[in-house]
Amino acid sequence: MILIYQPKQERQPTPEEWAAAMPAWEAYGAEIQKRGEFVDAAPLADVSSATTVRVRDGKRTVTDGPFAETKEVLGGYYLVNAPTLDEAIELAALCPGAQYGSVEVRPLVEM
Amino acid sequence: MLGDIGAAEDALQDAYLVALERWPRTGFPENPSAWILAAARNRAIDRLRRERKGREKLARLAALEIASPASDPFEEEPMKALSDDRLGLIFACCHPGLGVEGRIALTLRTLGGLTTEEIADAFLVPHPTMAQRLVRVKRKIREAAIPFDVPPPERLGDRLADVCAVLYLIFNQGYVASSGEHLTRRDLCDEAIRLTSVLTELMPQEPEVMALLALMLFQHSRREARTDAAGELVPLHAQDRTRWDFEAIDRANDLLERARRYPVEGPYQLQAAIAAVHANAREPNAVDWEAIAELYARLAAIESSPVVDLNRAVAIGFACGPAAGLTALDTMHLEALENYHLVHVARADFLRRLHRFGEAREEYLTALTLTRNAGEAAFLKRKIAELVCHTERSER
Repeated sequence: MILIYQPKQERQPTPEEWAAAMPAWEAYGAEIQKRGEFVDAAPLADVSSATTVRVRDGKRTVTDGPFAETKEVLGGYYLVNAPTLDEAIELAALCPGAQYGSVEVRPLVEM
Repeated sequence: MLGDIGAAEDALQDAYLVALERWPRTGFPENPSAWILAAARNRAIDRLRRERKGREKLARLAALEIASPASDPFEEEPMKALSDDRLGLIFACCHPGLGVEGRIALTLRTLGGLTTEEIADAFLVPHPTMAQRLVRVKRKIREAAIPFDVPPPERLGDRLADVCAVLYLIFNQGYVASSGEHLTRRDLCDEAIRLTSVLTELMPQEPEVMALLALMLFQHSRREARTDAAGELVPLHAQDRTRWDFEAIDRANDLLERARRYPVEGPYQLQAAIAAVHANAREPNAVDWEAIAELYARLAAIESSPVVDLNRAVAIGFACGPAAGLTALDTMHLEALENYHLVHVARADFLRRLHRFGEAREEYLTALTLTRNAGEAAFLKRKIAELVCHTERSER
């Protein structure tokens, strides 16, 4: 699992900024596909739309916002087949998000 | 219903325009609010058709139309589908996934019909800040897809408690402004009472909603008596009871009586019951403090909070004497409330009644540094001045 964190944005990107960023992301997706390691991916909506849910002693609490106030927020993910961490790091380093935010690589637990 | 508060608001505004155009010609309908919502729904359908989008939403609206074929609201009683639309809007505005400030602002804007500027002034924030808050909260509703639906039965209790909490926060903001010169912002109280009344009509089988309305009415009945000509706070026992609004008290008593017929005793019912003991006492000495202490104990059992404990200690102080009250206060672990001025006011009052004037004065002074309300500050200064007289007399 490649989790892409990015600095919290003060504002939503303009359509022009989106358009300018898209080719790099498309190329990244195509590269993972080409390597045959793509499983799933999605960008996440802005963190302002986040809702946090906790259940304690059967009682549900729902709150506005992400779990923790941090400088970087989860912006999207890629799920890839990578037999080793090094291969996953290779894929993570190709991610455009790694150039302005940070990318966390987490293995899935086999169940 | 539309899944988009912007569209719902626009539709409502269109409907108001139609109403303004039509009512002078056709006369005022029996139930204007139902009529406006019926018209709003028709307008929303027009809009969706025009936009040729949201086919699923269109289907849902059409289903609503079939469920309530009464197309002429001048003739018909308010319909269930209409109530559900309006309820759905209430539940969306008070959704726990929205920040509390956002819920309050959106409720006043969308359901109360207050302007952004009026809400900003009531909450002492700059107009652009409030405008931004509303934009943010509407965006969250849209992006997170918060539904405009009445929650399913298994969730209704919690969600209704969230709605009640928002309405009571609005009332309280009006009742005691936490800062500023005006002790009472009655517009907000009136608005909270109006909205809660609407809720009791839309959900007539919910005892906690009845109890909440009763609680608000009991408190609001004292509005003319709780400040003096100079705008200073008059404590309950010193209020001129002839200036209480007995019509409001009667209405609150009826509501509380109805709520008590249900098997569950919720937190609003207990709070309303406490308010009722005060409101129905003909003179300060007739207040049944033992009953109040007992009600606070029951409230603490379902909703433990230091504020409830504090109130219980005060009630014990009146029921069993200041020494018992002081003991209760000191054994209740109120550390969380050290910065809450009313803890110090309560302790000061017990100490004063025990003739420990020096200590009482210290507590009043601490309370004075903690309150931000001008009316309360004036009240505390008067108390301190009285104590100085006492101390001098006792020293003589």
